[in-house]
Amino acid sequence: MQTTTKDHHDVHEHAHHEQSFFQKYVFSTDHKIIGIQYGVTALAFLFMGFCLMLMMRWQIAYPGKPLPLVGTLLEKVLGTVAAGGVMSPDLYNSFGAMHGTIMVFLAIVPLAFAAFGNYVVPLMIGAPDMAFPRINMVSYQCYAVGGVIMFVSFFIPGGAAQAGWTSYSPLATAIPTQGQTFWLVGMIFLITSSLLGAVNFIATIIQLRAPGMTWMRLPFFVWAQFVTGFLLLLAFPPLEAAGIMQLMDKVAGTSFFLPTGLAVGGELANVSGGGSPLLWQHLFWFLGHPEVYVLILPGMGIVAEVLANNTRKPLWGYKSLVYSVLAIGFISFIVWAHHMYLTGMGTKISTFFQTTTMIISIPSVIILTCLFITLWGGSIRFNTPMLFALAFLPMFGIGGLTGLPLGFNFSDLHLHDTYYVIAHFHYVVAPGTIFALFAGIYFWYPKMTGRMMNEFWGKVHFWLSLIFMNLVFQPMFAQGMAGMLRRMVDGGANYSQVMAPDAIGNLTTGIMGMNRHISWAAVCLGLAQIPFIINLFWSMRNGKKVESDNPWEATTLDWQTPTPPPHGNFAAQPSAHRGPYEYSAPGAAKDFSPQNQTA
Amino acid sequence: MDIPYTVAPRQDTGLYNAKVGIWLFLASEVMLFGALFSSYILLRVGAEPGMWPHGLLNIPIGTFNTAVLITSSVTVVLSWAALKTHNFGRFRAIQSITLLCALGFLGIKTYEYNEKFTHYEVWFADGRPSVTGHIDGAGRFWTLNTLADKKIESITMHPDRFHYRIPSGEQAKLAKSGTVPEHPEPIKIATSEIKRLSAFVPAHSTYFAVYFTLTFLHALHVFGGALVIGYLWGPGASMWKTDPDRFTNRIEVSGLFWHFVDLVWIFLFPVLYLL
Amino acid sequence: MADSHDISKTVRKYIIVFVALLVGTAITVGMYYVHLPSVAMTVMVAVFIASVKAFLVAGYFMHLIDERKMIYGILGSTAFFFVGLMFLTIWAMHDFPAHTFLGSHVP
Repeated sequence: MQTTTKDHHDVHEHAHHEQSFFQKYVFSTDHKIIGIQYGVTALAFLFMGFCLMLMMRWQIAYPGKPLPLVGTLLEKVLGTVAAGGVMSPDLYNSFGAMHGTIMVFLAIVPLAFAAFGNYVVPLMIGAPDMAFPRINMVSYQCYAVGGVIMFVSFFIPGGAAQAGWTSYSPLATAIPTQGQTFWLVGMIFLITSSLLGAVNFIATIIQLRAPGMTWMRLPFFVWAQFVTGFLLLLAFPPLEAAGIMQLMDKVAGTSFFLPTGLAVGGELANVSGGGSPLLWQHLFWFLGHPEVYVLILPGMGIVAEVLANNTRKPLWGYKSLVYSVLAIGFISFIVWAHHMYLTGMGTKISTFFQTTTMIISIPSVIILTCLFITLWGGSIRFNTPMLFALAFLPMFGIGGLTGLPLGFNFSDLHLHDTYYVIAHFHYVVAPGTIFALFAGIYFWYPKMTGRMMNEFWGKVHFWLSLIFMNLVFQPMFAQGMAGMLRRMVDGGANYSQVMAPDAIGNLTTGIMGMNRHISWAAVCLGLAQIPFIINLFWSMRNGKKVESDNPWEATTLDWQTPTPPPHGNFAAQPSAHRGPYEYSAPGAAKDFSPQNQTA
Repeated sequence: MDIPYTVAPRQDTGLYNAKVGIWLFLASEVMLFGALFSSYILLRVGAEPGMWPHGLLNIPIGTFNTAVLITSSVTVVLSWAALKTHNFGRFRAIQSITLLCALGFLGIKTYEYNEKFTHYEVWFADGRPSVTGHIDGAGRFWTLNTLADKKIESITMHPDRFHYRIPSGEQAKLAKSGTVPEHPEPIKIATSEIKRLSAFVPAHSTYFAVYFTLTFLHALHVFGGALVIGYLWGPGASMWKTDPDRFTNRIEVSGLFWHFVDLVWIFLFPVLYLL
Repeated sequence: MADSHDISKTVRKYIIVFVALLVGTAITVGMYYVHLPSVAMTVMVAVFIASVKAFLVAGYFMHLIDERKMIYGILGSTAFFFVGLMFLTIWAMHDFPAHTFLGSHVP
């Protein structure tokens, strides 16, 4: 008996001891598990943010009418702010602030950067894990804690934050409830999570590339994540500093952002004064602008991978793509005040930011052009991930082009804080990034689970989403140009022709009518996600099993692993012998040559 | 497959993983403190002329604290050098000085803070210029609400020799001329005359808000760094026996963080205390 | 990586830097009592001395002088962005329209 046990020990000397459920799935340090944790949590928050928006859209379309289906539930849970199932202005404002916060910080960034990045990047560079697995685990835990704090803030007296996702002072401090405090504390956890993640990603990409994986042989997705990591690393800390200062304003009675002579509710506020509300805006947008590139770059990376794979040819202009993404990263730090054209900045400084904003559009266009040209002469396979990746191109194009009038000071004067802005940024993030993320989910699902998602329902999901995304956001351009402002609880009714017939520039019934169309399109958009959600869960057990470890016949290292990749990813250290997109190479045996293939 | 380059450096970068990690983290910290410094500059430049207090921070104490931190900086790198020559005993001895310096710095900071929390300013309802000084029998953080709660009808204040609104050049002149006594007479102030009562706390003015925020954040970093260095000095030192090179790297990395904390103070001290 | 001879030379370097830092501190404090003609000059001198001290700590204590391009690259970009944040924010808050065109001709 003794000998057998001893032999057993010798043979399994290097095997890990059996991990409990908690060690394996809750306190995992494996980048793949952590990636999935991030993904699941982020998708849950994406759903939550979407629901908040649906309720807001009801209020916009039918101001003052009780919410159907959820009205009574809302009243029961939240109390007087939802009296009679009707969304009060305070509740509308807090839903608006939290929709933005949740979508940006709790859904898209964790999904695009942390979830996909964590799962795919170590595989793509031939590494066994991230450089700092335990810090990886801690970064997820900080994110989860931040998310809980944000979620819980809905249920405290006074409700969640109400001063927009931008939390401008003095409003953010003057609101007497604690929602904003929860928001700030939650943000500190989320920022910490992002910083730890960024350090991990950058260090991993610098240090853990497999032999032969030179910088210019990296898949574009890895470059995108590398630059995104730097954006998070260097742009978040000023917001953290600002968050600490705003927290002090709220909790310790300081006046970092409260000006002298501030009056709240008709009375002089009991604060020392001497602060600057503009300072908050500068510090916020110093992060805020790089943040939008954080939202888009991982998506561009995913689209690039899917396009190369499904055109069976290399990406066109790899070098241009790399230099452009580096340029975007760099320039994004010096454009931020184009969010502040209406704060009374003088002509010189406005011109400076206008110029840098125009300059940064150049590398963005270069990237989009390279991706478009990649399609030329390709043998295009129209599977679901490819459909989403293809749609990304024109959708992001619309989003990017409509940003130009906002980047110019003079035209922004008319469009600032209108629905035009909402249309612009939703086009880039919603049919932009989210389509890229859908492409990524359909694309990497077989690697994670060993099964394909259902193609038919994938295509249904795609077409319905594409149609309704456009129906939701296209009219908003018209509304914005007509002068409909953001964040109005009544959907602009007070400025309409009906209620203000003598006002100059009032909103026509046509423009107001669009509110209802948009809201119903949003409902349909939500319904269009149901096949996706069902597909996601159903395919885990019932999806078509993959016939090989590389069902898409891809060249990158992430597809040269077992399915799903085991702990440690590769049995032996791989090495890269060629570039990342050796598709249809002349003279090759097959129409793709994996990066680690020696011959 | 094990994660490579945890101890041995990677050829093309010449670095091991943790060193890349800590420098990246320090870059983010530069942006954090940089944003706070920028805010300080903006708030100070934007303040009304003459309304930005000065001369309220004790320079000899600040200088001493600076020397303490610089000393700890050299001990931290000397202790790493000792490990590089495989002299564990020397490492332990020198690193203990680092920890003592850290404790000393925090202790002195606590004393400085406490001194501020019992130092008051009174603004008068009738618009008379405000007075600063110590109040008989007052604890910390008193405000008008405290006076109301404790039903105090009047306070006795020992005013400072000069109010901070008087420029330092003028203060020196007045001091020399002998017209202002070294210890002015205590004054009695009725609670009803007071418009605002505040200790030198963050809520007092943007000056103290930014002073406390900057120094407290810095002190938190000193504390955190001391915790890590202390752990590696104590229980964490057992790694010296199992993996000495990895342990030496940990000392180097924690030392890098400590130097950064010292660097921040090198800028904080003149900006807050001297300018 | 190092033998005792190298280390003792490095130790001497550390001690020299330590003394230099203390001297720099003394000079900075001393400057406080010497009144320079303008505020701008005082600030520039103080920042200059602090920068020299910072360079000594970063260069020698943090071994930056021996590190390779990677770290310089990271720090270089950080410095650029920090300066950008500070300079552009200060510029933005000091450049504002001084008057309107319409309002300047009051009938």
